[in-house]
Amino acid sequence: MRRYYERVVEGLVFASGMASIIFVILIFVFLLKEGLMLFREFSVIKFLLGKHWYPISEPPQFGTLPLILGSLWVTLGATAISVPLGIACAIFIGEIASGWLREVLKAGVELLAAIPSIVLGFIGLVTLVPLVKNMFGLSTGLTAFSGSVMLAFMAMPTIVSIMEDALNLVPKTYREGSIAMGATKWQTIRRIILPSAASGIIAAVMLGFGRVIGETMAVMMITGNAAVIPKSIFQPVRTMTATIAAEMGETVQGSDHYFALFAVAILLFVITFAVNFLADWFLHRKKAR
Amino acid sequence: MNQLMNPRRTEKIVFFFLLLSTLVVVLPVILVVGIIVVRGSSVLSWEFLTALPRMGMKAGGIFPAIFGTFCLVVGTVVFALPVGIFSAIYLSEYSKRGRLTRLIELAIVNLAGVPSVVYGLFGLGFFVVFLNFGASILAGSLTLAVMSLPVIITASREALQAVPKSFREVSYSLGATKWQTIRHAVLPHALPGILTGTILSLSRAAGETAPILFTVAAFYLPKLPKSVFDQAMALPYHLYVLSTQVPNVKLELQYGTALVLVALAVLMNIVGIVIRSYFRTKKQW
Repeated sequence: MRRYYERVVEGLVFASGMASIIFVILIFVFLLKEGLMLFREFSVIKFLLGKHWYPISEPPQFGTLPLILGSLWVTLGATAISVPLGIACAIFIGEIASGWLREVLKAGVELLAAIPSIVLGFIGLVTLVPLVKNMFGLSTGLTAFSGSVMLAFMAMPTIVSIMEDALNLVPKTYREGSIAMGATKWQTIRRIILPSAASGIIAAVMLGFGRVIGETMAVMMITGNAAVIPKSIFQPVRTMTATIAAEMGETVQGSDHYFALFAVAILLFVITFAVNFLADWFLHRKKAR
Repeated sequence: MNQLMNPRRTEKIVFFFLLLSTLVVVLPVILVVGIIVVRGSSVLSWEFLTALPRMGMKAGGIFPAIFGTFCLVVGTVVFALPVGIFSAIYLSEYSKRGRLTRLIELAIVNLAGVPSVVYGLFGLGFFVVFLNFGASILAGSLTLAVMSLPVIITASREALQAVPKSFREVSYSLGATKWQTIRHAVLPHALPGILTGTILSLSRAAGETAPILFTVAAFYLPKLPKSVFDQAMALPYHLYVLSTQVPNVKLELQYGTALVLVALAVLMNIVGIVIRSYFRTKKQW
């Protein structure tokens, strides 16, 4: 009886262990199942390279280039802002600050992680958007630039916490050796600690990138949602995530538009999968050493 | 020139700029929370928290949204916690290091990275349409549960692995089976860590909007859901609707909703952290 019970529990444990794999496969299969339906009639090339996203005109156009470029502009902008700031933040909190200052700053970053993205989107809408509009004399503050600033801010907790972990993994003896040779603290950080933590830092940047490209609500509220190929960062853009969130509610289930949004989700899934896979590889390389 | 670039002076300058960068990140956080608290508290009242919305959400309270979010959080924990804990037990106690374990780890990393709106579409395609749950609390909770799994698994696994090996050895030496050992000698000691991880992931789930957009959220529903197959309002979606979908909603009402949402998320985080630090000081090994 006891052995029977044990076997049942073990089966349950094993099944749960496989849950993550099963869900990844299920997500992919269900995105494919709906998304691929679009390509019965619409060519893949037109989908990926088409310059026009007019889902409700007749005949509809499902060119995702404006959406892909919209996501890319916002994400690259956010990465350009958040990476240097994130590295600086992680170094200051992890290596330089001490005592109460360190605790306060750490709590500040953790507090940011706890604020839901919809709230940050709302605050961005009522504070950042008018600010950008007035500062640069634009006709609207709902631009790729505003989105980048907001997303850079939102990616900060991810980037800072993973980088801090990477810095912590550098053996203490490295620091002591460097300080003993007469190097200043900054020389030690720059020449010894940062190079040793390089893989972790790269992983942090990639995970931050993945976080940003997948962000939906805040970006939808702030970037203006115009599905055109952006010419400057001070124009409204529309990201892939925002397109799905904004349009799915209005589609008819089983229509081409419905399938097209699933196809966009396939793109997003593949991109984030690749980014996370690479980031994990960088982290693991670190452990193996 | 060389005198100017004295290492000590360089260090001072660099540290100053690092401090500045950190403040650029942290000060806006304080500002954001400050604005929400100051402007949101003016509308906060017993009525706001417990009344139904009136006049197309332009007046009245937000109780259905609070209740909906509460239902979703409960649903999420009911589905995600058992699977998450068992999955962590498998990874920490049963699996051997090898290809399968590596594959599971990769799956977890990728689940954690899937954009929230993609979870929403998955929930729509799988739970709402394929399993025919319709847009309901059930479908929304399941979607949020899948999204919360990676965090719960990772935190639980770390908590289990932090339990010293000797605990298991003593239990085995007394003749206990593997499951008895896990159940009585390992799990109780890992529980605080598991709880903390779960609460943190739930606080995230409570604040998510994109996964519930198409799986549960109701635009305006001035009554409470009767069963798990009903649609419901939810706080994050309500804030989205108020701030972008309905024209001329008083800004104060939006700040108030934001305040309730932030307070909920922060409160859950604090509870999680308190549990962690309380048991850390009590730990005897």
